[in-house]
Amino acid sequence: MYPILKKEKLSDKIFLMVVKAPRVAAGCLPGQFIIVKIDEEGERIPLTICDYDRAEGTITIVFQTVGASTERMALLNEGDAFADFVGPLGQPSELCLEDELEETKKKSIVFIAGGVGTAPVYPQVKWLKEHGVKTTVIIGARSKDILFYEDEMREVADELYLATDDGSYGFHGNGCQQLQALVDSGKKYDHCVAIGPMIMMKFVCLLTKELGIPTVVSMNPIMVDGTGMCGACRLVVGDEVKFACVDGPEFDGHLVDFDQAMARAKQYKTEEGRALLKQQEGDTHHGGCGNCGGDK
Amino acid sequence: MGDVLVRVPISEQDPKVRATNFEEVCLGYTEEEAVEEAGRCLNCKKPMCVGGCPVSINIPAFIEQVKERNFERAYEIISESSALPAVCGRVCPQESQCEGKCIRGIKGEAVAIGKLERFVADWARENGIKPKNTSTPNGHKVAVIGSGPSGLTAAGDLAKLGYDVTVFEALHEMGGVLVYGIPEFRLPKDKVVKAEVENVKALGVKFEKNVIIGRSITIDELMENEGFEAVFIGSGAGLPMFMHIPGEQANGVFSANEYLTRNNLMKAFKEGYDTPIARGKKVVVVGGGNVAMDAARTALRLGAEVHVVYRRSEAELPARAEEVHHAKEEGVIFDLLQNPVEILVNEEGSVRGCKIIKMELGEPDASGRRRPVEIPGSEYEIECDTVIMSLGTSPNPLISSTTVGLDTNKKGCLIATEQGATTKDAVFAGGDAVTGAATVILAMGAGKTAAAAIDEYFRNK
Repeated sequence: MYPILKKEKLSDKIFLMVVKAPRVAAGCLPGQFIIVKIDEEGERIPLTICDYDRAEGTITIVFQTVGASTERMALLNEGDAFADFVGPLGQPSELCLEDELEETKKKSIVFIAGGVGTAPVYPQVKWLKEHGVKTTVIIGARSKDILFYEDEMREVADELYLATDDGSYGFHGNGCQQLQALVDSGKKYDHCVAIGPMIMMKFVCLLTKELGIPTVVSMNPIMVDGTGMCGACRLVVGDEVKFACVDGPEFDGHLVDFDQAMARAKQYKTEEGRALLKQQEGDTHHGGCGNCGGDK
Repeated sequence: MGDVLVRVPISEQDPKVRATNFEEVCLGYTEEEAVEEAGRCLNCKKPMCVGGCPVSINIPAFIEQVKERNFERAYEIISESSALPAVCGRVCPQESQCEGKCIRGIKGEAVAIGKLERFVADWARENGIKPKNTSTPNGHKVAVIGSGPSGLTAAGDLAKLGYDVTVFEALHEMGGVLVYGIPEFRLPKDKVVKAEVENVKALGVKFEKNVIIGRSITIDELMENEGFEAVFIGSGAGLPMFMHIPGEQANGVFSANEYLTRNNLMKAFKEGYDTPIARGKKVVVVGGGNVAMDAARTALRLGAEVHVVYRRSEAELPARAEEVHHAKEEGVIFDLLQNPVEILVNEEGSVRGCKIIKMELGEPDASGRRRPVEIPGSEYEIECDTVIMSLGTSPNPLISSTTVGLDTNKKGCLIATEQGATTKDAVFAGGDAVTGAATVILAMGAGKTAAAAIDEYFRNK
């Protein structure tokens, strides 16, 4: 079992947990992810590593409730434990490799985090700070009350910009518009990392392609085993089919076929929604999802 | 006593009934039936069957004990050679192995060796008999990567030789392909697989799940930091293969591995489990191997009309005859000498059908089978909402890419000698990781050979 040492509610639907998982903490690097499974009946949920403490043997995860299993995860508290917690999975971020450090130091890097994507951006920025690399970070969110990790990010980023769609905090606009504004004001970037919802990453990539800034995105497709066995997480990158779990999760954003990836991500929407409704409605479930016709 | 040329029939669930449930298809012999079937064994002086068994079970000896109703002794004899008899009795291709060599088979039907093995293993489990380990610990630590058939066999054999063995499993349950790949109706997970894993535990083997070798910890770290002196890699096959035809990224196209994993490992078919599965109303399964049969029969049980589309003819179907027979009985439709050329996609990006071309058989190819050739202009469209690709797998690069000195061949499979020695000192490998996707029993054979080679390695050290 993998005990939860700390739980924090970051916004209405976003939760942070610090989990004891010594083997994962010993070997992980920024950019990698874990798979968590709440109990026997739970799904295998892939989540990017948000922070790690090798000495304590802990991993920090941040998740948003989207389906039955994440809803149940949100009900867990400090002292509870996950049945399964496996990782690190996937390739570490290329920016956070010691061998490349001299090259990385020459770059002017901008991170764009969207929503819950702030979590996987944090360990990369932190790692770069620890290795003497300056970064610019833009956090975009719909509104102020779903922004999180502002203070933590301020500590590790050289420059931090906050953008809200509704203008309730910081720049009035989305992350793309904030980036455009910064470029317009004369800032120059030669590497961009965008992590967030697929639609946001798609629009960042359209912009950075125009601006000529190479861009890396972290893909979060549907995944089952996460070890390179089931093929559920396949994506089209350039002319090739890639598997996010072993080839990724980070890819050249200008080569990713986002439209296809977004269509695939919707694959289980009905089933996911159904599982959630069933759980919320329990015995009173009557098929309100309009699909299953209720349980016999 | 019936006709000695004919085997004692085995009871199975009615095809119409079992097509709607996930209960085991074959119900197994009763004691009386097993004893009667055992009576058909000629107890050959030079038993051909043993030579046909990749793990060399002393078949006539155990059958002799069944004849005498000494079922416990029969189990001991099997256990000397096999760590997974209840599994093998269910999923081995006996017709091409032990039973294929049986002298009885020349004039009549071969002795039902597989069904007898299953009977003995089930009897032992129901009567609480566990395999014994009488060895003395020799103090050497060996790591086994993967808890599938090759890993479990290697671990069991090494434990019986006195080694301190730890099995590392990447998933949340032990058994590898036995739990994620083979469906419940062919191999019950709790009753059979868990029990067999418990038997390996009873030999003193330790198990650690949720550990991905190459990521959580590397092979070198296992040896340098955790004191393992030798490693056996039984990590299985890897990434599923696709056809690279238009429409293959559409929603509703699955690899057989994904479809089966959602059902078998994640129990998507069961009430109360969170993992979703697209059930499908009309399903096309592409391929003709055992995995294709498993996927087809699973889809059928989830309520779909199922078509198996295979590019060669029935005679070339790579699946076991029994599986094909069972699938047909249950209502799976076989569209033979046909191959998809395109998956048709609707506006939402989901599968709406399949364009299929008819094939004929040409000259034999490198595999010795006649090569399927497209018949020009024979394309037609079939309506469906789900396509399951069952075309085999390519090796997982995780371990080879994170272990210096561990070489792979052009296909990406680990290079190993017949005995299982890899290109890296003290590291052995076997099963699908070496050969590419094959059968449970071949993987077990490789695990067994490698265990002997590891023992040899320590003796010569």
